[in-house]
Amino acid sequence: MTSDRVHVYGIRHHGPGSARALVRALGELRPDLILVEGPPEADGLVALAAHEGLQPPVALLAYPTGTGTTPGEGASFWPFAVFSPEWQALRHAVTHDVPLRFCDLPAGHRFAARAAAQAPAEPTADAGSEAGTVETDPADPAELRVDPIAGLAHAAGYDDAERWWEDVIEHRRDGNPFAAVAEAMAEVRAGSPAIGEDLVREAYMRQTLRAALREGHQRIAVVCGAWHVPALTGDLPPEKADKELLKGLPTVPTAITWVPWTHGRLASWSGYGAGVTSPGWYHHLFTAEDHPVERWLVGVAGVLRGQDLPVSSAHVIEATRLADTLAVLRGRPLPGLAEVTEATRAVLCDGDETRLELIQRQVVVGERLGAVPDDTPSVPLARDVTAQAKRLRLTPEALVRDLDLDLRKPNDLERSRLLHRLRLLGVDWGRPAQRARGGKGTFWESWQLQWQPEYAVDLISASAYGVTVEQAATAKVVESCPAADLAGLTNLLESCLLAQLPQAQPAVLKALADRAAVDTDVAQLMAAVPALARSLRYGDVRATSTDALAEVLSGLVTRIRLGLPGAVTGLDDDAARALRIHLDGTHEALNLLGAELPLRQEWLDTLSRLIDRPDLPGLLAGRLLRLLRDAGILDADAVELRLARSLTVGVPAPSAAAYVEGFIAGGGLLLVHDEALLSLVDRWLTGLGPDTFTAVLPLLRRTFGAFAAPERRSVGERVRHLGSGEPGRPASGDDDLAALDPDRVALVLPTLKLLVTAGGSQS
Amino acid sequence: MTATIDTPTVLRPHAEQSYAHELAALAAADDKPRPPGWRLSPQAVVTYLLGDGDQISPKYIGPRRLMEVAVATLATDRALLLLGVPGTAKTWVSEHLAAAISGDSTLLVQGTAGTPEEAIRYGWNYARLLSEGPTPAAVVPSPLMVAMRTGAIARVEELTRVPSDVQDTLITILSEKTLPVPELGDEVMAVKGFNVIATANDRDRGVNELSSALRRRFNTVVLPVPGSVDEEVDIVQRRVASLGRSLELPEVPDAINEIRRVVTVFRELREGLTADGRTKLKSPSGTLSTAEAISVMTSGMALASHFGDGVVRAADVAAGIRGAVVRDPVTDAVIWREYLETVARERDGWKDFYRAAREAE
Repeated sequence: MTSDRVHVYGIRHHGPGSARALVRALGELRPDLILVEGPPEADGLVALAAHEGLQPPVALLAYPTGTGTTPGEGASFWPFAVFSPEWQALRHAVTHDVPLRFCDLPAGHRFAARAAAQAPAEPTADAGSEAGTVETDPADPAELRVDPIAGLAHAAGYDDAERWWEDVIEHRRDGNPFAAVAEAMAEVRAGSPAIGEDLVREAYMRQTLRAALREGHQRIAVVCGAWHVPALTGDLPPEKADKELLKGLPTVPTAITWVPWTHGRLASWSGYGAGVTSPGWYHHLFTAEDHPVERWLVGVAGVLRGQDLPVSSAHVIEATRLADTLAVLRGRPLPGLAEVTEATRAVLCDGDETRLELIQRQVVVGERLGAVPDDTPSVPLARDVTAQAKRLRLTPEALVRDLDLDLRKPNDLERSRLLHRLRLLGVDWGRPAQRARGGKGTFWESWQLQWQPEYAVDLISASAYGVTVEQAATAKVVESCPAADLAGLTNLLESCLLAQLPQAQPAVLKALADRAAVDTDVAQLMAAVPALARSLRYGDVRATSTDALAEVLSGLVTRIRLGLPGAVTGLDDDAARALRIHLDGTHEALNLLGAELPLRQEWLDTLSRLIDRPDLPGLLAGRLLRLLRDAGILDADAVELRLARSLTVGVPAPSAAAYVEGFIAGGGLLLVHDEALLSLVDRWLTGLGPDTFTAVLPLLRRTFGAFAAPERRSVGERVRHLGSGEPGRPASGDDDLAALDPDRVALVLPTLKLLVTAGGSQS
Repeated sequence: MTATIDTPTVLRPHAEQSYAHELAALAAADDKPRPPGWRLSPQAVVTYLLGDGDQISPKYIGPRRLMEVAVATLATDRALLLLGVPGTAKTWVSEHLAAAISGDSTLLVQGTAGTPEEAIRYGWNYARLLSEGPTPAAVVPSPLMVAMRTGAIARVEELTRVPSDVQDTLITILSEKTLPVPELGDEVMAVKGFNVIATANDRDRGVNELSSALRRRFNTVVLPVPGSVDEEVDIVQRRVASLGRSLELPEVPDAINEIRRVVTVFRELREGLTADGRTKLKSPSGTLSTAEAISVMTSGMALASHFGDGVVRAADVAAGIRGAVVRDPVTDAVIWREYLETVARERDGWKDFYRAAREAE
């Protein structure tokens, strides 16, 4: 009695053939109510489908709200393209003014169930590969555990289920496949185990259906995945069991909205679990009136011509013939995407994979971006920003405002994190600024805040990355990895630390390791080391696997060690100076890590092998000598020997001066303390002829000018006393004082005085 | 013509001779429609190339779709261009395609920088030309002309090495399917079944790039390097075994581990990525094709059996691998050392290889 009032259409989500057949069937049926598999929370959003601003591909986005849940945690998407049967049902409903309801289990129940399942184990465990992607609705369990279609395809002699379904359903341009699908599904389901979640969902669907029947609707169209058809057709079982199943299901408050979607995203993930790899092809199958293969190949030829690649009509003719012949050879009724792609590759692209990739991207996936009207509920990302800003008492203001953050305070730390994350998303609400006054500690961070109206738009476009700032920033960082160069990646890595995005870090590290492997520029590799070492030393050890970092770093250092011997020769002054900075940076970084890794020893070994190469620029040779001396690899005699050798007549004066610069740069105290070295330099300097002295004077001035004034003074005093028979002085306390800056000492004195006198009054 | 030489002294018999029994078996069982002039149906040709796991041995180990496209191309009257880096079985595939389709793989033009137009069209027997003037008997037909007359597959090897002006003589043959002989006021019209398979190397690109007019007459199939380690190990093993037999090398018992190692090294360097996909590497300038892996293995086997104890060890292949990898003494040597230090050194069970390779430096 119910069956003539209820018409169930088993479809494949995103199946163009299903959509076409459904449009025809709905046109014939003229239903007075349509039920669609989807979250019932979205019933209120159906009307928007009539709005011309809502252009597919779009997606229904549901996410749990309310206290206790992280906003955006576990958001689910139900994407629709033009060729999705569900979308066609929506369009039919709004154009024919038929009420439409979603009849799947409410998203709130699912979120609650998932939260319950996750409660014991914190979700940090799966931080690795899933990093950066919004957690999607887990694939439809039915499709995961038993592939119903695979069984049918196998029975029909196909080894590929997708292909069978395409041949039988999606490539058909006429007829009504629903009866056959229902029959086949009943057969398949009879032989496969029932799945708990499915039972609950179908119970809910039946309850919705019963309610609709009670309301007296006469022609109810139900649009659902083919798998659910047998549960909804025929006479419905007694209501009691379904009520039992649904009783007391936990739920959480849920918000739902339309968001723009893209074909690219449709291809990679989908809330239905039935992702499609070729949305562009399906779109074409759905929209082309006739001759799909010919039209498709003409379109492909057009794209290739757009890239200035010569493709003639003759090419298209031959490609069509090849596709047809291939289909015959493979025993398919019509060329499918596989055949058309082969033909495109062999004829239109001359076997060139890069051209084919272009086709894949532009045509097969087809970068189509959906749109939503302005009056859709706002995107969750924007809400998250507002909520966080409110909590942290940051008000968006159009006027520039300075903000000093003390990162020791939790509130300020969170503010800093938010601003850093927004910057990663391209929303420059805060710009890092030089601190204007006082306080030099590393825990200070200064910002300039200014809110621009267009940031609202930026947030909407960024909302594709995720529903919370953290998620979105993570996803964005992960996405930008492949395009970034080595320096960009190290910056990203540091940004991850500043913005605290531990989930993005593995991806950045991986990209970094890959980039380092193919980079041949040793200087670039060296530039990446300090940031990595810093991350390793100070990084958030809880959240990042230190092993991964250490592995990347040791790979990097190995490559530097192998490449360094080739990189230190044939350098001009500027290049040598640049390399010196990198050398220092790398050395310091590896020193910082100290004994944690065996890297330091290997590094020092490499340096020791380099030091006596005659073709080293003076600056680098001097620097290496200094580094090895400080590391205790070379003793005083060895250092003296080398310095003496470099400061002899055989060495051109500029080169010797560069040697001295390399050797003593970054600290003159060495000369104060080591009289032997000082006298070597002194002797060399006084032995220079007038011309050469003038030539090296600028270099020397630059070297010594970089020292602090007191250092310079004490070096001067040392030189005055050189050889004056007062060798016993160096160890005196006077000498230690010489290194002090009187101005800075003066700053400490009042406090010291206070302490001393305070102590005095106590006693 | 030379089809009667089928004695064991021939170093390498033609495909249609070596696999005559398979071709006969396929032809007997083949009930699908055959295109005019074909000895087998397209489906049977694909089976001949890929094997059926039973009677028919696989000739090509790789994606099925490539062979399907190749056969479908020939069935649509379009010429087939097999592209690929050296050592990807282009010639091998074209020979077997010709053998399966027309039962004759000998109609071959070897492309070189000196290939004259006569090699593609026709030449003259000058003694006759002088004594009798231009007569049909004085014409010396090219393999292509023979193929057109008999409705068979002609093969052109290394098409991109042929000078451009000579290449272009193919255009009329391929589009009009006719070869005019103006001296006789005659033409040779191709019989159904005629087609051309050309091979070209896309590593030395730009030697004599095909004109777009000629290119347009070909469907292109790019033969890739083997897709997986197992596939490549399989290929190397088969070929090493059959080569070893025909070169009468002593049987070497268990070389599979070294084969796997050679293949792994070659693949990793070629793809610039370690097998586990975790570490990127720089790629050396050599092609490191499967064919090179085969020759490294055969020389390793020769070393082991003549100078060693008959077991192929890391030391027997290390020098060969280095020779194949390091083509450019400066950059490739750094790449090779980097590979040894960052990959080979840390890998479990590769200590012997690492040490042997370091010694071979």
